[in-house]
Amino acid sequence: MEPITAPAIDLVSLAPVLVLSVFGIMVLVTDLFIGKDKSVLVFISLTGLLMGAISSLAKYNLPVHSFNGAYIVDHLSVFFTFIFCISSALAILVSVDFNKREGIKVGEYYSLILFCTVGMVLLASATDMIMIFLGIEIVSISLYVLAGIRRNDPKSNEAALKYFLLGAFATGFLLYGMTLLYGSTGSTKLVMIASAIRNGGVASEPLLLMGVVLLIIGLGFKVAAVPFHMWAPDVYQGAPTPVTAFMAVGPKAASLAAFYRIFSEAIPQLSPSWEILLCVVSVITMFVGNLGAIMQTNIKRLLAFSSVAHVGYLIIAIIAKNSLSSSALMFYMLTYAFMIFGTFGIVILLGRKGDENLEIENYSGLAYKHPVLALSMTIFLLSLGGLPPLAGFVAKFFVFSAALKEGFLILVIIAVLNSAVSLYYYLKVIVFMYMKDPVKEFDITLSPMTLFVIAISIFGTIQLGIFPDSIIALAQAN
Amino acid sequence: MLESYLGAGIMMLMAIGIAGGMVVMTSMLGPKREFADKMEPFECGESPIVSPHQRFSVKFYLVAVLFVLFDIEAVFFFPWAILFKQLGMFGFIEMLLFILILGVGLLYVWKRGGLDWE
Amino acid sequence: MELLIFYPLAGLCVAFALGVVINNSPVGSAMSLIAMMLGLAGIFVLQQAHFIAVLQIIIYAGAIMVLFMFVIMLLNLKGSGEDASWRSRDKNLLMTVLSGFLVAGLLYKILCVLNSGEFDSPASLPENFGTAREVGTILFTEFVLPFEVASILLLVAMIGAVVLAKNKVD
Repeated sequence: MEPITAPAIDLVSLAPVLVLSVFGIMVLVTDLFIGKDKSVLVFISLTGLLMGAISSLAKYNLPVHSFNGAYIVDHLSVFFTFIFCISSALAILVSVDFNKREGIKVGEYYSLILFCTVGMVLLASATDMIMIFLGIEIVSISLYVLAGIRRNDPKSNEAALKYFLLGAFATGFLLYGMTLLYGSTGSTKLVMIASAIRNGGVASEPLLLMGVVLLIIGLGFKVAAVPFHMWAPDVYQGAPTPVTAFMAVGPKAASLAAFYRIFSEAIPQLSPSWEILLCVVSVITMFVGNLGAIMQTNIKRLLAFSSVAHVGYLIIAIIAKNSLSSSALMFYMLTYAFMIFGTFGIVILLGRKGDENLEIENYSGLAYKHPVLALSMTIFLLSLGGLPPLAGFVAKFFVFSAALKEGFLILVIIAVLNSAVSLYYYLKVIVFMYMKDPVKEFDITLSPMTLFVIAISIFGTIQLGIFPDSIIALAQAN
Repeated sequence: MLESYLGAGIMMLMAIGIAGGMVVMTSMLGPKREFADKMEPFECGESPIVSPHQRFSVKFYLVAVLFVLFDIEAVFFFPWAILFKQLGMFGFIEMLLFILILGVGLLYVWKRGGLDWE
Repeated sequence: MELLIFYPLAGLCVAFALGVVINNSPVGSAMSLIAMMLGLAGIFVLQQAHFIAVLQIIIYAGAIMVLFMFVIMLLNLKGSGEDASWRSRDKNLLMTVLSGFLVAGLLYKILCVLNSGEFDSPASLPENFGTAREVGTILFTEFVLPFEVASILLLVAMIGAVVLAKNKVD
């Protein structure tokens, strides 16, 4: 028996994954040997996320392919790694005071966030369907547990169970789709699938198309696109608020990155067949998200529907699949991270133990008692609604221009109309804050960490809105 | 190609034949004297007819999940063990890393008391 | 020749998969699932994937089914169908019709195969195809990264199980 030659291992391009995994394990083990005070875990996790973000710059001359074409470091993956590290760090910062207040003493909380980040980085850098599947599973399993981490709260349990059952079901669809793609093209590598389709090496055309449809179902569930969004409002409402914010940004960005990669790199040749399907999904996602949000009275549910609507806009970028749309995707997710963490930061500040103050009514008169908080909330909501000169406007503009370049005029018009509709419910919250009398006393402890997160988010939202050029240049560098 | 399964097929048929044959033969050849008292199930101090569904403690669940996880881990060892010499140092380090990560998992479960039966 | 074995096996799998869904008692469903897994293992053997077939039995029919049974016992589910005799008769009819279709399809396929006379295995495979050795060679060279990432996935699953099911974590 002749010895097997070792494959090429490129640890440098894997650096962020390695750093984050090592820190995740460190947090896990440290937690076993310390007492009740978990602040050291926060410190280790934040260090890990910082190092992870820095280590993603380890490779020059992008793109670099490694591990037999299963892994890639390119601008998309590096930029997304930054988004993931930023969003996980903000999630941890925002949880510190929240966890103290709500009595979440589980140290695994922080290691799960780190492992989830590992999964997200893998998702954004994977060019092999097996890797994409593993990434999605790591992210999903961490999120199932994080959603249910308040074990004595029935709402949290409901969220975890719903998310888990539906998520496992959706994973089945995703896996089935991948299997059919593999079966009809003979490879799990995205590039090889594309070349098999180009060169007519497809074993069975109908099975291939069925695989694509199943992929749309599976990925559509993970990003909460209509009609696979049913879980989102309940899970967003039941999960602890920092976890909700985390879920709405990082994992969603990661799934979208994988979504974009699969559709633009593996099956662009089939775009005549999936374009129309994704257009329909995108349009109904926007409509259901925005119209659903109008009817909500709970702020977390409102934001859940609004995040569904945002996925509708982002799917437009996937449909366009030109170089502009990938940078639009990156820029959008970065601004979205700031807007969401800012909004949820304020939602967290307004709650107190046992009473989270989640009804929109409870925001009445906030402007008189805490004008700065109300102003910040207004900035975030208007940015989510896409008003200039805030970051949300630039992001939307970017996505729409990518689609216009490919000639999707009607789709863009529908999206702009939806954007206008969405202003209605964002303004509703603002009206409550500025024009109604308070229904009850605000009892706010201004916890420094959460305020810090809000300050960063305001800076990001305004900076990216007024001076987006430098970041856009980074995103467009490919 | 299928001829290679002939032996296995014959063996399976024989196994089924012997097992099934014994059951059939005992019920046919054995003496049977049935009367009411004998046929009644007997359990000392217990009601003889209860539902077989008993509620299990949630502790079993943790054990079962951990069993499945380590079972899956063990599956990766089969091909590794067969290829151990051919893979050389590289395969050894690779597996070491794999075990190390799962070793952390074991340490975690252990320290958290996942293996205790309080 | 392979097809003559494949169609009955596949039919068996479909029948038992239906059994999982239709069955009234959860334990019955679980048993059908085991039978389905065994049928699937048979199909794997037919595809010359011996190692995968064995794993299918060890992991799915063994370990995962044990977990299923534990969960069923944990929830203390009762079958729901004892009083609804008319419904079960309906269901029996449905079962009969469905299995009738299945058998008819099966016979048709077998006849097709017999008529076409394609008794030979179509593709020739490398000698060691599907053995643990071959699977391992691919796993440890081409798919190193997924292999190592799988360990992280298992670690996360372990943490999740302990966090959610352990009585006193905090």
